[in-house]
Amino acid sequence: MTDKVLSTPPHVEPVVFTRDMLDWLPWLEPMAEAELTDRHMAGLVDAARAKSAYFRLLARDPEVLEHRTKTDKDIFYNPEAGLPRAERELAAAATSRFNGCIYCASVHARFAATYSKRVEDVDRLLDKGVGVDLDARWNAIVAASVALTSTPITFGPEHVDGLRKVGLDEASIVDVINAASFFNWANRLMLSLGEPAAPAKA
Amino acid sequence: MSDVIDTLAGIAPGSPLDAIRNGRLQARTHAQASYDSLFKPRSEADATRHERLAIACFVAGLHGRPEMEAFYGTALAEAGAPAAWKGAIAAAVVVAKGQGPYGHYPKGPLNAEDKAGPIYKIAPAERGVLGPKLAAAFEHTHMLVFHPRDSAPPYLQALVDAGWSTTGIVVISQLVAFLSYQIRVVAGLRVLKARPA
Repeated sequence: MTDKVLSTPPHVEPVVFTRDMLDWLPWLEPMAEAELTDRHMAGLVDAARAKSAYFRLLARDPEVLEHRTKTDKDIFYNPEAGLPRAERELAAAATSRFNGCIYCASVHARFAATYSKRVEDVDRLLDKGVGVDLDARWNAIVAASVALTSTPITFGPEHVDGLRKVGLDEASIVDVINAASFFNWANRLMLSLGEPAAPAKA
Repeated sequence: MSDVIDTLAGIAPGSPLDAIRNGRLQARTHAQASYDSLFKPRSEADATRHERLAIACFVAGLHGRPEMEAFYGTALAEAGAPAAWKGAIAAAVVVAKGQGPYGHYPKGPLNAEDKAGPIYKIAPAERGVLGPKLAAAFEHTHMLVFHPRDSAPPYLQALVDAGWSTTGIVVISQLVAFLSYQIRVVAGLRVLKARPA
């Protein structure tokens, strides 16, 4: 049976938040590529994800994976109205920074930096954490994401007011809520089913 | 068409927030489909519906969200779960409730941000009512809710030892992670709805 916890191969554990590309090593056995049926491929959504240990592990429940992925893509990639992509990624990066998911933070800090061109601000968020002073608009987005991520949830009318004050319309506020909430889903999977690894040096 | 998030957030068809949610129609549709897949699964071989609903009641309780506790509590009762579970879950919530996120980082500079907090062990009385398998799932759930960055292989080993299959662990991990999302979307939308521009 495959029902055992895996030992990870020798690797270098990242010990700081970074925008570097990281690998991810599973603690449970992913499905083998050869085992993937049409149902699993539908769950993966993108065929290229069959190469990813993370997605092949989640493919053990292909329906939930499929719907998780389609929820994710629309929250972040749908270009219609709402918050600019850079700031949806900022909410994801701030949530990941606060929960402590080094892997997720690396991916979404890269996206936030790419789309905003504010590389130094993104790096300061990674280095100093969610209390850092970025600018009024980014501070409001980070504060709202942190309040939604806290348990118990501390998101309140003051956060809505704060987001409106820096210019977010109602659809943009819903995007902040969606993006931060979604990363409370993603962080928990990434953190608890495996671990990040620095890519092997060439 | 209204869905579970609308119901829990009190969003009426035709309202401004209904229209905004329709602007992310795929997210809306697939959040509902995620819920359906988790709570009306094609197979209960790796995690039963009763187990899933019991975990959902525990997650709702740990977040202290009355609307979620009522919703999943009703679903658990209607699904015909053992009557004693309700009291055992409530007792577990009282002991397990805390404040997150806390936890430790890998050895290095981030240890300055380490934040200590409890590791939950379920009481013998609740373990007796819920059984060892669900009891192990509750201990893991507490970690996922409050201190997910403490995750490590021994937590998964405890689930394997209690009888969870690899697929079952993926299912309950998705379940707790999904609920962490759903609870926050509902909480956020409720605040927004109560604060019209």
